[in-house]
Amino acid sequence: MTEQKDRELYRWLRLIREFEDRTSVLDKQGKLMGGVYSGKGQEAVTVGFCHDLRWDDWIFPLHRDLGAFLVKGADPKRLMAQIFGKRDGFAKGKDSYLHGGDLANGIFGATSCLGATLPVAAGMAYKFKIRKEDRVAIAFFGEGASSRGDVHEAMNFAGVHRLPVVFVCENNFYAYSTPNELQFGVDNVADRAVGYGFKGEVVNGNDLHAVMKTAGKAIDRARKGDGPTLVECKTYRYHGHSEHDRADYRSEEEVITWESRDPISLWEIYLEKRKYDIAAIRKETTEEVTRIVEEAVAFADGSPAPEGHEAMEDLYAMPIDMEAL
Amino acid sequence: MLVTYIEAIRQAMDEELARDRNVLLMGEDVGVLGGAFKASTGLQEKHGTDRVVDMPISESLIVGAGVGLAVQGMRPILEMQFIDFISCGFDQIVNSAATLRYRHGGQTACPIVIRGPSGGGVHGGLYHSQNPEAWFCHVPGLKVVAPATAYDAKGLLKSAIRDDDPVIYFEHKFLYRRIKEEIPAEEYLVPIGKAALRKEGRDLTVITYGAPVHAVMKAARDMATEVDIEVIDLRTLLPIDWATVKGSVRKTGKVLIVHEARLTGGIGGEVAARIAQDCFEELDGPVMRLAARDVHTPFAPAMEAYVLPNQEKITEAIRKLAAY
Repeated sequence: MTEQKDRELYRWLRLIREFEDRTSVLDKQGKLMGGVYSGKGQEAVTVGFCHDLRWDDWIFPLHRDLGAFLVKGADPKRLMAQIFGKRDGFAKGKDSYLHGGDLANGIFGATSCLGATLPVAAGMAYKFKIRKEDRVAIAFFGEGASSRGDVHEAMNFAGVHRLPVVFVCENNFYAYSTPNELQFGVDNVADRAVGYGFKGEVVNGNDLHAVMKTAGKAIDRARKGDGPTLVECKTYRYHGHSEHDRADYRSEEEVITWESRDPISLWEIYLEKRKYDIAAIRKETTEEVTRIVEEAVAFADGSPAPEGHEAMEDLYAMPIDMEAL
Repeated sequence: MLVTYIEAIRQAMDEELARDRNVLLMGEDVGVLGGAFKASTGLQEKHGTDRVVDMPISESLIVGAGVGLAVQGMRPILEMQFIDFISCGFDQIVNSAATLRYRHGGQTACPIVIRGPSGGGVHGGLYHSQNPEAWFCHVPGLKVVAPATAYDAKGLLKSAIRDDDPVIYFEHKFLYRRIKEEIPAEEYLVPIGKAALRKEGRDLTVITYGAPVHAVMKAARDMATEVDIEVIDLRTLLPIDWATVKGSVRKTGKVLIVHEARLTGGIGGEVAARIAQDCFEELDGPVMRLAARDVHTPFAPAMEAYVLPNQEKITEAIRKLAAY
């Protein structure tokens, strides 16, 4: 990789981290309503899968995949306004956090029934296939959602038609409080791929190099018409399920162990070994990401709050005018 | 031309598949077999395997995939082999499709149609007789239609396919081959949201939809010397054409609501409540409802007849209401 790309990837990791940290602070300050679902610690997964996508590819992020929004092209200002429940957010205040996608940038908004976006991604990939468009759909899901029927139905259909879709399992070891061993009886979620007739791969989700290598192959395979891949990224969320969750179900030792495998620290070690001027890069990046997030918060703060009656808007694309009938 | 109700459905899909290359038909056995009830006979041969798609037995996927296609500007028709199985796709309908536009702040439409055979009277038993329309009338973001005639079956389905919102289309399997009508050879549409005045009358109004429309019409004709009945076929259940409903009730002062779905939590409760509130001064009797008994639809003929409304029960209810 070129120095420029190495630095660019670093910038994304840091921007996501800054954004995550800031939303946690805003939550603690009581400035955010509703749930805040930090993906801190999982940045390498979203950067690795989204960075090399084309603008006309589609992603189906999770509630924790704020980073996927940013890397795929969502405006940080509007993303922050979305989290604030303001009119400039993607949902114009109708729902919070990541339920409002940014469709112009190929980012689909998830529902809270996790895994439910996988059939949607498969359907979209079916369109790419029948129209012979060399586009791909990337469907993220947690290892908890892997227990849902929607995940099975989507993968089965994708296998039947060899659809251009990549299923990305972000296995952060806990579905809220439920650990892997109470979620499934297989060693890896990716082991199930064989049951759908395509390849499954397990990757260290904190190692950006490893993620990018696996993601690149899976995306190429989909784009060339060689069918889907299930990639399981083993990673870890530093925070609880949401900010109010103290995550007492995990040991301190476990958390520290994972913090010592931090995806950003690992990337900094790599940058150092490449003999780049890491001190200068760090300083420059810190200034840039701080500024971007500051501007996003200022924008979201200043964005108008929707009025009550706006609740009735955007329900139907073709509202029925009873008077005209 | 003279067509059955199911042929009208087939024609609507055939014409829309031919008219717009973004229209697809997806469902279990809709392709090679032409559908369990033959609603899509010949369509795969004519429009191709890419567009008339035999799907795995995965109702949630069928709806979810439809949402993904809709975001890409496609207009999928999604068949439930029996409408009883729509419950397997419930989350994708109410949480994914119905909220799609709203949760994206109006960034997209969701032009999907979910259709399938509903209704009893055919000894289908518990899982081939259901009328689950009320579940969906409680969901903002959906439109719900239930045609009673071949003319409406075709015109409403074509409108549903061209509509930019998710439409649930309840076809009644009892009517599939039991009714035959002359319909225009040239293209026509039936607007979603508009009820049909099936018969004018002065004494009382019967509001109904789906298969019971035919039993109500027969009762109205048979009782013509006794009582002058006005019959309204709602056709669209979400949103309901309140202007037509209230206009009729204000004229006759008496109303009976008839549906084949169960009484408790059915559409009739909503219609009755609106009439009670908005037409109170004009009412000359209680707002009455006749619906299936609050039990599952059983298999054995005597039990099924006991549970579902029929012409005899309708006649009895009309007499009771007319006596006020």
